Amino acid sequence: MSTKPDTSSDTSSLVQVRDLSVHFALRGGSLARLFGRDTGTIKAVDGVNLELRPGEVVGLVGESGSGKSTLGRALLGLVPATQGSIHLRDQNVAELSRRRLREIRQVVQMVFQDPNAALNPSMQVEEAVGDALRVHGVRSTTERRTRVVEALERVGLSPVEHFLNKYPRDLSGGQKQRVVLARAIVLDPELLVADEPVSMLDMSVRAKILQLMLDLKNELGLTYVYITHDLATAKYFCDRIAIMYLGRVVEIGPAEEIFDHPRHPYTKALLAAIPEPDPDKMVPRDLPRGEIPDAAAPPLGCAFHPRCPEAVSGCGWESRDLRALVEQHWMRAGTAYDEEQDVIGDLDHLDTPATTATLGRGGSDRVRAVLDRIRAEDPHEPLWSGVTSIQPDGSGVTVRFQEADSPALRQAGGVDVACVLYPDSSSSPA
Amino acid sequence: MRRMLSAVAKPFSETTGLARWMLVAGVLITAVFLIAAIFAPWLAPYGFAQSSAHGVEFPKVGHPSSAHPFGTDRLFFDVLSRVIWGARTALEVVILSILFCVVLGVPLGLLSGFYGGPLDRVLVLIMDALYAFPPLLLAIVVSFLLTDVYGGSVIAVSISLTVVYIPQYFRVVRNTTLSAKEATYIEAARAIGARDIRIMRKYLFGNVVHSVPVLGTLNAADAILTLAGLGFLGLGIQSTAAAEWGHDVSRALADAGSGVWWTGLYPGLAIVLLVTGLTLVGEGLNETLNPTLRRRRLLAVVMPPRDRTPVQEVQR
Repeated sequence: MSTKPDTSSDTSSLVQVRDLSVHFALRGGSLARLFGRDTGTIKAVDGVNLELRPGEVVGLVGESGSGKSTLGRALLGLVPATQGSIHLRDQNVAELSRRRLREIRQVVQMVFQDPNAALNPSMQVEEAVGDALRVHGVRSTTERRTRVVEALERVGLSPVEHFLNKYPRDLSGGQKQRVVLARAIVLDPELLVADEPVSMLDMSVRAKILQLMLDLKNELGLTYVYITHDLATAKYFCDRIAIMYLGRVVEIGPAEEIFDHPRHPYTKALLAAIPEPDPDKMVPRDLPRGEIPDAAAPPLGCAFHPRCPEAVSGCGWESRDLRALVEQHWMRAGTAYDEEQDVIGDLDHLDTPATTATLGRGGSDRVRAVLDRIRAEDPHEPLWSGVTSIQPDGSGVTVRFQEADSPALRQAGGVDVACVLYPDSSSSPA
Repeated sequence: MRRMLSAVAKPFSETTGLARWMLVAGVLITAVFLIAAIFAPWLAPYGFAQSSAHGVEFPKVGHPSSAHPFGTDRLFFDVLSRVIWGARTALEVVILSILFCVVLGVPLGLLSGFYGGPLDRVLVLIMDALYAFPPLLLAIVVSFLLTDVYGGSVIAVSISLTVVYIPQYFRVVRNTTLSAKEATYIEAARAIGARDIRIMRKYLFGNVVHSVPVLGTLNAADAILTLAGLGFLGLGIQSTAAAEWGHDVSRALADAGSGVWWTGLYPGLAIVLLVTGLTLVGEGLNETLNPTLRRRRLLAVVMPPRDRTPVQEVQR
């Protein structure tokens, strides 16, 4: 299913996102709030660049907590941008007043994930869809009704008369999502942000809703931002795909290229996670280990490195990785645990992210010996390649790691990848 | 019209068992008092502060007789008439105070829950402070403060009852708003560009006022008691301004020792009955409207006749 952008129309960008950051302050405990202490921030979106051309479908793909929904909401101005700009044509959404923001909602609309929650339970369909018009100053009841009927027909709710006076509770999930779509298109927008529009629907309805969205796009000349965690639907739906991880875009490029030649290890992992219906074709699944890390204290360097199967020395290894490694070792260690635990001592202080880690209390030689044993267990563990020195320090040792910045997006064969494996310029195809 | 009727009948048709009987009994009792209140001028044989008819003075503390079925009291007033007129006063006061509570408490609760922040803190503080006082004490204080302005009138008592009960409406609405405003449909309303006022009016209001009717009926019963308490203490409505049961009971206190039972019994009975009726309605409604308590009656499904013309064809 190809949905190439219509090249005949103008190709200047519809939306231009520059270095966008959306940070949320953590609330912290009541004491911290009382004394105004800084309780940390969550970098939901952290320095994202994105360009949307008219008529294009761009997918934002990532796990929960990767910031894809926040980015989508920022496009509508539903969450305030901390830094950077979002230019919709020539207006910067990030700086508009509330009144102007309400006006641009005629141009940018949103489709929500859960159709059961996105409709006011005490509003009938006609009112729910018509309210978008009412809000934007369409006062005549007859005009509202004509446009509502037209929108409902477009989303395939016919006979329309049958649905106008229904409450959301009287409709099925698919019908509700159609109403949500109708409410979004009734204002004749140019950009539709669809936040997992089919993930709450039955399998049988998903394809229909996606097809409907494609039809709407072609009929109304819409541009889509399609937010999903499901790469399978993104392949079917998107022209370009941006893979997000912990608030950053780690790979962005044409959908075919991403699917045929995934470059970022995270993209590869996501692709490997797509279920394969043919049992004979089962591939070894190189799924990322562990969970998505705490967004309030993301890993140093590349945020994906603790889970990355292809990690190398320059990924930004740090104290928390060492702790995880030691603890994993202890899980396998059996009886040796008591003795080693005595030598290494408490590990809690390693939770403060740092590129140096001081640990041990049973004498530097013995600590060193334990570390060597751990290393001998899995000499290929990439963490060790990131260690620059291990020096005695009092009764323990200090481990220093190679410093590394979070890799920036760089061009690599048709796509942009943020990974140390793809260093500068387009020269190295890897 | 049919829709309205069925909406009104819904609590009856959908409940079952005890809840249904509570509701029916409560509505019947309350209806009797409502009728008495509305048609008091026609139902009551005399005025509430009338001590003579056709030039004949009423007896002082007269036994119940055919002319005065409930007897007369120390001020020569007819007890039956005062009981009937008393229903009117009670309902006036209760309806007025509930009206004030809803008109003030619901919007304040909406604003407080929706905006949060300093506004919310201040309002919650005020309402909590009001709530912390014993209701009767607070009512006494407020009616005391109002004596100069409205002194002993229906309005004054209504306002003092409003002050007592408004924190409940505020809190209920504020708390439901707090949870409702996180719903996706509120974000969706923002996404279509609705103003805050519109979001509160059209998206939140309808979803947070569910519990207000129940609260209203439950509080009505309580308000009758507080009103009677105020009257009993002599801070309510004066006998010549309106007939008020609490005040009548207070005046009957002296009679009780001398074997005069009718001046106290009938107003007291009226208080008990109306409070019971309103409580039953409140509890019955609560069991119908509150989904956690509700047990719905199984209703027979009525299918439309088969030969009905399809909707499209009607439209053409």
